Amino acid sequence: MKLSLTPAAAERAVDIDLASSALRELNAALHKLTPDTNETYWRIANPAGRHAIAAGLDVPVTVEIDGPVGYYCAGMNKQASVIVNGNAGVGVAENMMSGFVHVKGDASQSAGATAHGGLLVIDGNASARCGISMKGVDIVVKGSVGHMSAFMAQAGTLTVLGDAGEALGDSLYEAKLFVRGSVAGLGADCVEKEMRDEHRTLLAAKLDAAGILGEVDISEFRRYGSARSLYHFHIDNVSSY
Amino acid sequence: MNDMTHTPRTKPRVSATFDEYTLSEIRRAAATGIYDIRGAGAKRKVPHFDDLLFLGASMSRYPLEGYRERCDTSVVLGTRFAKKPIELKIPVTIAGMSFGSLSANAKEALGRGASTMGTSTTTGDGGMTNEERGHSKTLVYQYLPSRYGMNPDDLKRADAIEVVVGQGAKPGGGGMLLGQKITERVAAMRTLPVGIDQRSACRHPDWTGPDDLEIKIEELREITDWEKPIYVKVGAARPYYDTALAVKSGADVVVVDGMQGGTAATQEVFIENVGIPTIAAVHQAVKALQDLGMHRKVQLVVSGGIRNGADVAKALALGADAVAIGTAALVALGDNDPHYQAEYEALGTVAGAYDDWHEGRDPAGITTQDPELMKRLDPVAAGRRLANYLAVLTLECQTIARACGKSHVHNLEPEDLVALTIEAAAMANVPLAGTDWIPGRDGRF
Repeated sequence: MKLSLTPAAAERAVDIDLASSALRELNAALHKLTPDTNETYWRIANPAGRHAIAAGLDVPVTVEIDGPVGYYCAGMNKQASVIVNGNAGVGVAENMMSGFVHVKGDASQSAGATAHGGLLVIDGNASARCGISMKGVDIVVKGSVGHMSAFMAQAGTLTVLGDAGEALGDSLYEAKLFVRGSVAGLGADCVEKEMRDEHRTLLAAKLDAAGILGEVDISEFRRYGSARSLYHFHIDNVSSY
Repeated sequence: MNDMTHTPRTKPRVSATFDEYTLSEIRRAAATGIYDIRGAGAKRKVPHFDDLLFLGASMSRYPLEGYRERCDTSVVLGTRFAKKPIELKIPVTIAGMSFGSLSANAKEALGRGASTMGTSTTTGDGGMTNEERGHSKTLVYQYLPSRYGMNPDDLKRADAIEVVVGQGAKPGGGGMLLGQKITERVAAMRTLPVGIDQRSACRHPDWTGPDDLEIKIEELREITDWEKPIYVKVGAARPYYDTALAVKSGADVVVVDGMQGGTAATQEVFIENVGIPTIAAVHQAVKALQDLGMHRKVQLVVSGGIRNGADVAKALALGADAVAIGTAALVALGDNDPHYQAEYEALGTVAGAYDDWHEGRDPAGITTQDPELMKRLDPVAAGRRLANYLAVLTLECQTIARACGKSHVHNLEPEDLVALTIEAAAMANVPLAGTDWIPGRDGRF
């Protein structure tokens, strides 16, 4: 996964200035692209925190947004690479199916919520509920994540180079969580698990995809997963319900 | 021997408070330590459409001739923002019910029946199946907190999107599909291990409150290029404010589901004690739309305990644009049919009372994922039964509308109604029969 654009791609850029163009026109134009389009690189200026920028894409193009975005940037993304040169609001890359979303600043709550696939990289911190109900996405946060991250996370990986807030992985299903820093607290049914070779290999692959393999020491990470004690309702677990 | 020396005994007296059902529930709770989970909606008696009557035509109202003078039943939903509103031939839709809680055959039958009659059916918490899409001419795709199976491809091939905030059986509650029904197919659609209890969250993962919902709806519209009508479904709790906030959030259609509305699996205590009756919700929802100047611009769909054409007509007369049926549709397919009485008894219940839908052992093959039980439901025949039933609901509704002199069922109005009880009069905001008294009319609502 390339994290920066080649000069050739930049030369073919379609430039859109949201100070003078409507978001609806931008998204409509992106939705009309066909897989064989030559317009593979879109550069968006003045996003000014608008919501749903580049939501619902389904083509292998790159959209680079120069500035902060509002809620649900790259929502339900398929195939596309969306780069945010700034901070992202709530639910960046929510329900992403495939492709790549890279936030070069911080992300607000529910980053990568319910996402089924693809890769979400956040260079800064992510707020609460990062990876909530994630269903297969890989999320790499270079900073820290807030409370209730990976709540009811079903599948995929959440890798945090910094710290995790309270109630990490509450009611976790089968997602795998890797945290390098401290964890303020584990949620119901989330436990620390042994870091075996297969997990180190998996983590290395995710760090490689995020372009930071070799920059961090894999041995510093700890793995968290589901104790699976809530998988079948039982009255002895009533304090957890 | 003098009989009068015998001391009379009072007859055994069962407590009205601790009645037989209550006693059995206390014993069940004591034995298991687990609250009772079941399907369906509130079973307690609450004020309902039965408590309302139509006045019909008289000296000042002219009826329409049955079979000869047209009484239209068409409904258009989503005229506010959507480029492609939904056009239905009848004002009765099929409510959201999931593949997972229902068998694939049952979902197919719902699609067949609804499509035959020119109305819509709705997915549920578990995603869209090909059978369902293929057999439903008009399909509403539910957008739920769990987002199980949610994906942009299905979003784009849906005809409308229903953002589910709550449902009448459990306003404020999530869901639980027990492991018995989590087969390989159901598990794969929900990205979960086979056979585990599947919990559904009660809050959406990426928005909280109406201000966020407005942005979420904007995102859904952007993803679907503003084509699809977007519904917001709420359980009947605070229908005046919930409807107003749904409109504020940008909904094309508001769906209000009363406490008699069914669920696949929820705690009995929740079903029977949270939320308000359907009849109490309709007027408040309509009042909110009227106060905003949005009545008939944002359409209102009402559900929860709709059983016959009179119920349909009464909901429309109170101001709804359409109704949705769930439990009644399942009964039309064959749920709780006396044909399976012996098998219901083997499950510790009787035909008509079976509500352990979460256990997946439905003899009628509807609320199950058991391959053998599923085979019992012929989706073609069951779809035909549903179409027949929908036709009867429509004919009955038209019969009443004609008697009230209406050339379209939407012309039914509160003025056509009276109430049999003070409670129903107050809740529905119509006069007590034989009077011009509407309790609470000068109050807040």
